[in-house]
Amino acid sequence: MSETRRTAPLGVVIGALGSIQNAILPAVAIAFSGVGGGGRFLVALGVGLAAVTIGVVTSYVGWRRTTYTTGETDIRVESGIFSRAARSVPYERIQDVSLEAKLLPRLLGLVAVKFETGAGGADDLALTYLTAAEGERLRQLVRERRDEEAAAALAADPDAPATPAPAEAGPETGQVLFAMGPGRLLTFGLFEFSLAVFAVLGGALQYVDNVTSIDVWDVDLWYGWLKEQGSTVATLGPVAQAIGAVVGLIGLLIVGSVTGVVRTFLRDWGFTLTRSARGFRRQRGLFTRTDVVMPAHRVQGLVIGTGLLRYRFGWHSLSFVSLAQDDKEQSHVVAPFAKMAEIAPIVASSGFRLPGEATAWHRASARHRTDLALRDAAICVAAAIPTAIFAPAGLVLIPLGLAVLAVGANLYAWEFRRHAIDDKQVYASHGFLSPKQEIATRLKLHSVEIAQGPIARLRGYATVHLGLAGGSFAMRGVPIAEAKALRAAVLETIAGTDYSRLDAPPAPQALSGAQSEFSANLRAT
Amino acid sequence: MDQTPLPQPLDDDGELTKLHPNYSHALRVHTTLSSIPFLVGALVLEGAFKGEGLFPSGIIAGPVLLIALALIIRIPMTRYNARGYQISADRLRVVRGLMFRSDTVVPFGRVQHIDVAQGPIDRFFGIATLTLHTAGNHNASVALPGLGEELAREMREDIRAHIRRETM
Repeated sequence: MSETRRTAPLGVVIGALGSIQNAILPAVAIAFSGVGGGGRFLVALGVGLAAVTIGVVTSYVGWRRTTYTTGETDIRVESGIFSRAARSVPYERIQDVSLEAKLLPRLLGLVAVKFETGAGGADDLALTYLTAAEGERLRQLVRERRDEEAAAALAADPDAPATPAPAEAGPETGQVLFAMGPGRLLTFGLFEFSLAVFAVLGGALQYVDNVTSIDVWDVDLWYGWLKEQGSTVATLGPVAQAIGAVVGLIGLLIVGSVTGVVRTFLRDWGFTLTRSARGFRRQRGLFTRTDVVMPAHRVQGLVIGTGLLRYRFGWHSLSFVSLAQDDKEQSHVVAPFAKMAEIAPIVASSGFRLPGEATAWHRASARHRTDLALRDAAICVAAAIPTAIFAPAGLVLIPLGLAVLAVGANLYAWEFRRHAIDDKQVYASHGFLSPKQEIATRLKLHSVEIAQGPIARLRGYATVHLGLAGGSFAMRGVPIAEAKALRAAVLETIAGTDYSRLDAPPAPQALSGAQSEFSANLRAT
Repeated sequence: MDQTPLPQPLDDDGELTKLHPNYSHALRVHTTLSSIPFLVGALVLEGAFKGEGLFPSGIIAGPVLLIALALIIRIPMTRYNARGYQISADRLRVVRGLMFRSDTVVPFGRVQHIDVAQGPIDRFFGIATLTLHTAGNHNASVALPGLGEELAREMREDIRAHIRRETM
C-alpha cells in the first residue's frame, strides 16, 4: 500500500529560477557600488554566476534527497541535504489539504501541497512542487483514508446505529455557494481603499537612494524644491491654492482606490466557494491560485465582519474559525464581500444559525458603557492639563474635543455591544462604528472564565471569556448575575459531551446527548 | 455516555476550597526573591551618590527596603486568600487574582492533557502546581498552584480517570 515518491522534477527549475532571482540583487549592488574599480562588473558577474550555480546544485540535490511516502496511516516526508529530517503526520490529524500555485509554478503546472494540522503555519508539513494531478490525488487520498478511519471508528462503536455515513455518496464537484464576478470584485476593491502604495514608494525611494547618487533623505534638497514650488503656488492666489488642494485630494482618492482594486483583483480573482459532501472548498487568486478545503465539522465558529463604510451599504464578510490557519490570518475567509442574504446559505450549510428574530440579545451593562466613556474622557482630559500649561492658548481645545469625541464613540459603541445565547449557540457582537459578530457552538467551547477588573468588581459587571479552538470569544460588560447564569448554561452543554466525540461527523449519540442537555437546560431555566 | 455521574447540584458559586497553607510561605519566598534585585539596585544607586553629598544616606535604600518588607509581609497572605478552587464531578473551577479577579471553569471533558509541576521552592514546601490544558485559544492552559503534592497527584488521577471513561 505504501509507496515512496519524489516531488516533481520540474520543481528543480523553479528552485533554480529562484536562486537566479536572489543572485541578481547582490550582483547589481556590486556592479553599482565602488568595490573593485573597473573590474567590478566582472566581479559582479562572477558572484552572480557562483550564486546561481550554488542555487541550482542545492535545488537539484534537495530534490534528489526529498521523498514522501503515503503509508497506511500516515504521510511521511524525508528531506534535508546534510541534516536529514523525517516527519510523519497521521491522516486523522490532517485538518485540511491546501494546494497553492504561485505564478511561476502555475505556468509549469505545479502546485505546493500543504497539510494543515493545526500546529500553526511553519510547523505544517508542506511538499513543494508536485504536479497538479499528483496534488489532487494526494488530497483525495488523505480524504479517503480519513473517512475510512472515521467509518472504522463508527463501526467499532456499538451504540452507533447502522446508518450509512451520508458523506460517502456525495459527488465531488459540489454546489457553488458563493462566487464573486469582476463587477463584485470592483465594488469590493473600492471599499478596500488603501494608501499602502505610498509606503511601497517610500521603500522604493530608499532603494533608489542606495543604488543611485540621489540622496532622497537630504532635507535641503526637498526643502529647496518645495520652496520653489511653494512660491509658485503662493503667487497663484487663494482660489488656485484651493483648487490645487482639491486636485491633490482627488489624486489621493484615485491612487488609493486603484491600489485597493488591484490588490483585490490579485487576491480574490475567480473567488469560488463550493460545498461538497466532504466540506467547503475555496479557490481564489489571479497569479497565486490557492485551493483550500475545510471539512465542515472542523468549523468551530463564525465571524461576520464589516467595515465602517461598507456596513452602511450592507456589505459583510464571513470567516470560519478553525484550528487550521489561512495564509497569515487566523480564520478562513469564505465570503469576503457579500450581502447578508448571500451569507445566510453559507452559514446554514456549515451547520450554524444566524441570529434571527427569536434571538434574545442582551445589551452590555449601562454601567460598563458609562465607565468606558468616563475612562477615555479622563485620559483625554489628563492630556489637556499639560497642554493648557505649556502649549499656546488655543491648543487645549484639541484634547478637550477628543474627550467629547471619546464619550460619543463609547456611547455609540454600546449600540453594538450585545450578546445572546440560545439552545445551541452563543453570539457576541461588538465594534466601534460597525458591528462585528461572532457565533460559536456551545458544544465546541472548551472553558469558561469570568474576569473582572477592580472597577468592574465595584460596578458589578464582568467579561466572559469562552475558550474557542482557533479563535477567541468574549462577551464584555455582562452584568455579573447574568454572567454566572450564562456560564452555568454553557457548562451544562460542554460537560455533557467529551472532547473526543466533538469531531465525529455524523454522531447520533452526540445528538441524543445534546437533546437531553437541552431538556436539562429547560429545567434549569 | 449513560454512565456519566448524576449532575449533582451544579453550583459554580459555592464555597471555594483553600489551597495548601504552605502555599503562602512559598509565595513569601517568591516575593522575597523577586524583591532582591530592587534592593540591590537601590544599594548601587546609594553607593553611586555617596560621594556627592546631595542627600543623607539611606534616602533611596530605606524606602525601597520598607516597601519590600511591607510587600513580603502583606502580599502573600492576601494573594493566598484571593485564590481558591472547587472541584466537582465533572469540572474544575479556579479562582485567582487580587485586583483583576478571574474565575475559570474547565470541564474535564475538554481537558487535553494534565501537568503536575514542582519547582525547587514548591518541593521544599511539599506543594505542586496542577495545570490543565484545553484546546481553546483563550485559557489554553489553566494552572492551579499551591496544592498539596499528594492532592495534586490524586486530582490528576481523578481527572484522567474521568477522561478515559468518557473516551471509551
